[in-house]
Amino acid sequence: MTDDMKRSLEFNETTFTNERRAPEGFAPIANEIRRDIVRMLVRAGSGHSGGPLGSADIFTMLYFGGNMRYNPADMQAPRDRFVLSAGHMAPVMYAALANAGCYPKKEQETLRKYNTRLQGHPGRDMHLPGIETSSGSLGQGISIAVGMAMSDKLVDKNDHRVFSLTGDGELQEGSVWEAAMSASHFKLDNFCWLIDNNDCQIDGRVPDVMDVYPIDKKCESFGFDTIVVNGHDYADLQRGFDRFLENQRSGSGKPTAIICQTFMGHGVSFMNDKFEWHGKPPSKDQATAALEELAQHP
Amino acid sequence: MELLGSKPTRFGFGDGLVDLGERHSNVIVLGGDITGSVMTSLFKEKFPDRFFSIGIAEQNATTIAAGLALSGKIPFFASYGAFCALRNADQLRISVAYNEANVKIGGGHAGISVGPDGATHQVLEEVAFLRTLPHMTMIVPADYEEARKATVAMGEMVGPAYIRFGRSPVPLFTTPDTPFQLGKANLVMEGTDVALIANGALVWESILAAKELAKKGISARVINVHTVKPFDVETVTTAARECGCIVTAEEHQVHAGLGGAVAEVTAKNAPVPIEFVGVKDSFGGSGEPEELMVKFGLTWKEIYASALVAMERRDKGSSGFRAVKDVPVYSA
Ligand SMILES: [Mg+2]
Repeated sequence: MTDDMKRSLEFNETTFTNERRAPEGFAPIANEIRRDIVRMLVRAGSGHSGGPLGSADIFTMLYFGGNMRYNPADMQAPRDRFVLSAGHMAPVMYAALANAGCYPKKEQETLRKYNTRLQGHPGRDMHLPGIETSSGSLGQGISIAVGMAMSDKLVDKNDHRVFSLTGDGELQEGSVWEAAMSASHFKLDNFCWLIDNNDCQIDGRVPDVMDVYPIDKKCESFGFDTIVVNGHDYADLQRGFDRFLENQRSGSGKPTAIICQTFMGHGVSFMNDKFEWHGKPPSKDQATAALEELAQHP
Repeated sequence: MELLGSKPTRFGFGDGLVDLGERHSNVIVLGGDITGSVMTSLFKEKFPDRFFSIGIAEQNATTIAAGLALSGKIPFFASYGAFCALRNADQLRISVAYNEANVKIGGGHAGISVGPDGATHQVLEEVAFLRTLPHMTMIVPADYEEARKATVAMGEMVGPAYIRFGRSPVPLFTTPDTPFQLGKANLVMEGTDVALIANGALVWESILAAKELAKKGISARVINVHTVKPFDVETVTTAARECGCIVTAEEHQVHAGLGGAVAEVTAKNAPVPIEFVGVKDSFGGSGEPEELMVKFGLTWKEIYASALVAMERRDKGSSGFRAVKDVPVYSA
C-alpha cells in the first residue's frame, strides 16, 4: 500500500488473510483498520471514534490471527462466531469484516446513512455478512454469545468457538454477570470473553462513573480462566488467545476471559486516552491529521 | 357451547411442549427455577438433554434463548409473565424481536387469577407491551385444549412468539377437534345484536353472558381472539359492521390490550360504540381467584351489563363520552 493510499480519505480494496502471523505482521492490518474507522466516521458525521480505534488491535488478532475460523466468502457456513456486545463499537467490526473481504470496502462509506447495511449500531435485519446479531443495548450480546456457545458445545457438540467483546463501562450492566455465571456453570471452554479495558466511558473514567474494578478478580470468581494482556501488544494478545485455545483443546471446562488493557483512541495521538472521544467523530481537518499520523506507521 | 370440565391453561402449555419435543429434535427448553409451576418440568423429565436450567435470571435466559435461536434451535423459555415479559422487556425488544430470533416465551401465572400471591405476581400489562413489538406473535389461549394447540403452533411457526397462560383451573370448552389457527379468531357463538370479543378466561364468561342475554331475546356474537398479534382485522371489522356495537373482555388492564386492539381496528374500519371489560387501571391483590375476578369485575355479569350499555349507545345513535371507570357493575 502506498503512502498516498494510506493518507487518502478514500477507501481502497486491499484485503488481508486470516492466519497465524509473527507479531510484526499485524501492524499493517491494524493501521488500515484504524484508517478505515477514521474514513467512515468523518463521512458519517456522527458515531464513536475512541472505542473502535482503541480496540483495533484486538480485532486484528481476532479476525486476522487465525484465532477465529471463518470463510469471508460465506459467513453463513459453519464457523466460529463473534458477537459484538458493545454495539456502539460497530465501526471497528465493520472495518475488520471489510478488510477480511466479507463485503466491499467501499461500502464502508455508507456508515450510518439511509438504508445502509452499516447501521449506527449493528442491525441483523440489514444482513451485512458477519453480523451475527443486533446489539447496542449493553449487556445483551454476551448472553447471546453464551447461548451460541451452549448450542455449539452442549447441543450440536461441535468444536466451534464463540467470542464476545464487551466494554469496561458495560460491566456495570448486571446482566453481564448473569451471562458470566452461566458461561462457567455450563463449562463453556469454547467461549472467549474479550474485555476492552480502556478505563473510559461517555461520562468519564470508569471508576468515577461506577467502579467496576477489580475486573480480573471478578472474572476469576465467576469461574473464568482470566488473563490480563496489553491490548496493543500483538504478542501479548496472542498469549491471551492461546490460553483460550488451550482451554478449549484440553477440555478444561473453563471459559476464558481476556482483559485487554487499551487506550481509547489509540493510534491517533490527539484522541489517545481521552474519554471525550468516546462518542464523537473527527472533523475533516482532524481526520486528515489522523490519517497523516497513521500513514507514518506500517 | 358446553362446559367439558376445568383445567389450568398452564397444563396445556406443558403438554404442548412435550408434544413439540417429540416432533422436533431442535426444541430446547430453558428453565427459570419455577419449572414445576409453569409445567416445563414435564419436558425436563422427558428430554433432560434438551433442558437447561438458567436459574433466576430472566434477562439472561431471554438472551441465551436468542443465541440458541440464532444457532438454529427452537428455544422456549417460561417463567411467570410478570418476569418473562416485562423484566426482560429490553431483551425481548432488541435481542428477540429486532433480531427476528425464533424465540418462544411462555408467560405463566398471568392475570389476577393467580390469587393469593398478590399484585407483584399478577401481570396485567404484558399484552399491551408485546403487541407493540414488531415481528412478535402474542397468544392468549382460552382453555387447556387451546393452550396445548397454541403451544404446538407457536413452536412450528418461524419467528418470535409469546403465549400467556394462567395458574388456576379454568373452564374447558374446546375439544381437540376445535379449529385453531394462529392469527385467526374463532367465532364461538353466532349473533347479530352485540359482539362480545374476548380472550383467555373471559371467553367462557362471554359465553355465559351471551346465554343470559339470549334469555332476554338479545343475540350476542362471541368471538375468541386468541391471537392478539397478528390481529384478525377481518373478523373484528365484520362483527362491528354486523352487530353495530362491541364489548371487549380480558383479564388485563383495559388499556392497550385486546380492547385497545379492537378499538384501533374499529376506529379505522367501522367505528361503533365499545365497552371495555378488564382491570381498570389498578393493581391486583391477594385473595382467592374467584373472589378477585368478582372484585375486579371480570365475570359474565359485567360483560352482560356492558352489552346492554353498548347497545343503548348504538341505538341512541351517539357514541357518548364515558370514562372507562364508569363501566357499570352488574346488579341483579
Ligand atoms: Mg470503555
